[in-house]
Amino acid sequence: MNSYSISIRPFGIHAILVEWPGRVDVAILEDILQFTQYLKECCLKDEEWEIVPAYNSVTLIYRQEPIAFDQLKTKLLNWYKEDIKVVKRQKILWNLPVCYDEDFGIDLNEISQKSAMSINEIVSLHTSHVYTVFGIGFLPGFTYLGGLPEVLEFNRRSQPRSKVLRGSVGLAGKQTGIYPQDSPGGWNIIGNCSVPMFDPKAKEPCFVSVGDQVQFYKITRAEYDLHKIESEVGIYKLKKTVLDA
Amino acid sequence: MLKILKSGLFTAVQDIGRYGYLNKGVPVAGFMDGFSAKKTNQLLDNDENAAVLEITMTGPTVMFEEETFITMGGALLSVTLNNKPIENYEVLKVRKGDILSYGKLEKGFRSYLAVKGGFKTPLVLGSRSLFSSITKKNHLADGDTLEYEACAHFEPKISKLKVDSFLDETNLKVSQGPEYENLSDRQLEMLFAKKFSISNENNRMAYQLEEKIEGIQTSMITSATLPGTVQLTPSGKLIVLMKDGQTTGGYPRILQLSDRAISVLAQKKYGDEVEFKLN
Repeated sequence: MNSYSISIRPFGIHAILVEWPGRVDVAILEDILQFTQYLKECCLKDEEWEIVPAYNSVTLIYRQEPIAFDQLKTKLLNWYKEDIKVVKRQKILWNLPVCYDEDFGIDLNEISQKSAMSINEIVSLHTSHVYTVFGIGFLPGFTYLGGLPEVLEFNRRSQPRSKVLRGSVGLAGKQTGIYPQDSPGGWNIIGNCSVPMFDPKAKEPCFVSVGDQVQFYKITRAEYDLHKIESEVGIYKLKKTVLDA
Repeated sequence: MLKILKSGLFTAVQDIGRYGYLNKGVPVAGFMDGFSAKKTNQLLDNDENAAVLEITMTGPTVMFEEETFITMGGALLSVTLNNKPIENYEVLKVRKGDILSYGKLEKGFRSYLAVKGGFKTPLVLGSRSLFSSITKKNHLADGDTLEYEACAHFEPKISKLKVDSFLDETNLKVSQGPEYENLSDRQLEMLFAKKFSISNENNRMAYQLEEKIEGIQTSMITSATLPGTVQLTPSGKLIVLMKDGQTTGGYPRILQLSDRAISVLAQKKYGDEVEFKLN
C-alpha cells in the first residue's frame, strides 16, 4: 500500500517518466528510491534499463527497443501497489571536508553583508545541517543538495561566472552543491571541497547517489592541501556512515 | 596509427556512446549523426560500436601509417586521398603513408571517417567517445595519433552505397515529451505550423532554434533529460538537447526527437531550416 498518487507519461519511445506529487520533499524522494530499488530487484531485471531518479520523478530508459507504453504503464501502476518495502535499501551519509577560507569562498563577504550574518555564522550553519542528494546532473557528478536552512537561501548571481573552480561549494536558492569540475556557473561560492566528486578513472566514478546524505565539515587550508595530495595518490579515506533507509 | 596532420575545426573520436552513467550526470555522447556513422561501420563490417572520427564543418588532413580499409559518410566535403577525389560510402584501401585531406564543406555539417576494426583509443567508462571532463580532451589537435589495427585483406559485402537524400531531409519526427500536455492550442499551432532555423548556438550539447513560440511560465522541478529532448524556455526559445547534453534540466520537455531526427538535426548548421512532425 503506497500512499502517493503517481502519474506515468511517455518520454519519447525509449523512455517513460513516473512522477510523484510536484514538491521537493524527502519523504517523496524516499518513496521513489524505494520503488526504484524494488523495480531493479524484482521487476526490470534487465541491466540495460537506465534509471534516473531526481526530486519527484524517476525516468526509466530502455534503448534496446521501443517501450510499449500502455503495457508498461499498467505494469508500473500494479508494481507500485505491491509491497515495495520487501527490498532493503541503504543510504550513505557522507562527511565532506570543505575549506571556507576566503581564497575559495569568494562570495562569503557579499552574502555576509546581504544577510547580516558573520562569515563564521554562515559556515557554522552550512556545516550543522545534513543535506539530501535530490539529483545528480548539470555536470558529471554535480549533486543537487536540498535541506538548506532558509537563512542560507540566496538567489543565483545575476551575472554567472565564466569559470567556477573545481570543488567549489555553492549556494543557490534552496540548494547547495559542489562543482565537480571547472565550469561556468552562477552559484554563490562559499568554499571548496577537497574530495573529487567525479573521477572517471575510478571504478565507481561518482561515489554519491541520489538519496544519500551529505554533511560538510570545516577544514583549514593546510588540511585541505594535505587531503588533495592524499586524494591524488589514492590514500584519502572518505568519511561515511551506512544508514538503513 | 592515424596521424592527425591538421585537425580541422572540431574533429573527435566517437562511438555509440557511454551508457550506464546517466544517474551520475554523465551525458551519453557518441555519434551525433548515428544514422550515417553506423552506415560507415556497416560497410567495413565493423562492430556497430566501432569508434570513428566525427568531423565537423572543416575537416582534417590525416596520414595512415598502416594499411587498412576506410569509408567516409555523413556530410559531403570535397575529400582527396593522395590528391585524388574520393566519395562517401565507398570502401577504399589505404596504404602506409597515404594522405587523406578534407576540403570544402558542400552539404551537411558532420562527416564520419571509419577504419576497418575501428580506432583503438582508450576506453573511459566503457566508451571511446571524447567528452570534456570524462576524457582528457574533447577534440583532437594537430599531431595527435590514433591507434588502429592494420588490415591487408578485406572483401566488403557491398563496396559502395548510393548516397541517398538523407542530408536534404528537413522534417524532424518527434513524439510527445512529458510536458507536451501543458502546451496551449496556440503554442501547438506555432510549433507545428512553422519552420525553425538553427541559431548560431549549436554544438554537441544542444541546438537552439532561432524563432520563438509563446513561452511557458510554470516552473518545473528538475528532472531527467535525454538526447533529442526539446525544451521550451519561459521566453519561448526552443532548445534541442543533443548527445553531449546535460542529463537533467528544469525546462518543460515538450517534444522528443526520434533517433533518426537527432541524426537529421546533427547535419544542420547555422541558418538551416527544420520542421517538427508529430508521430
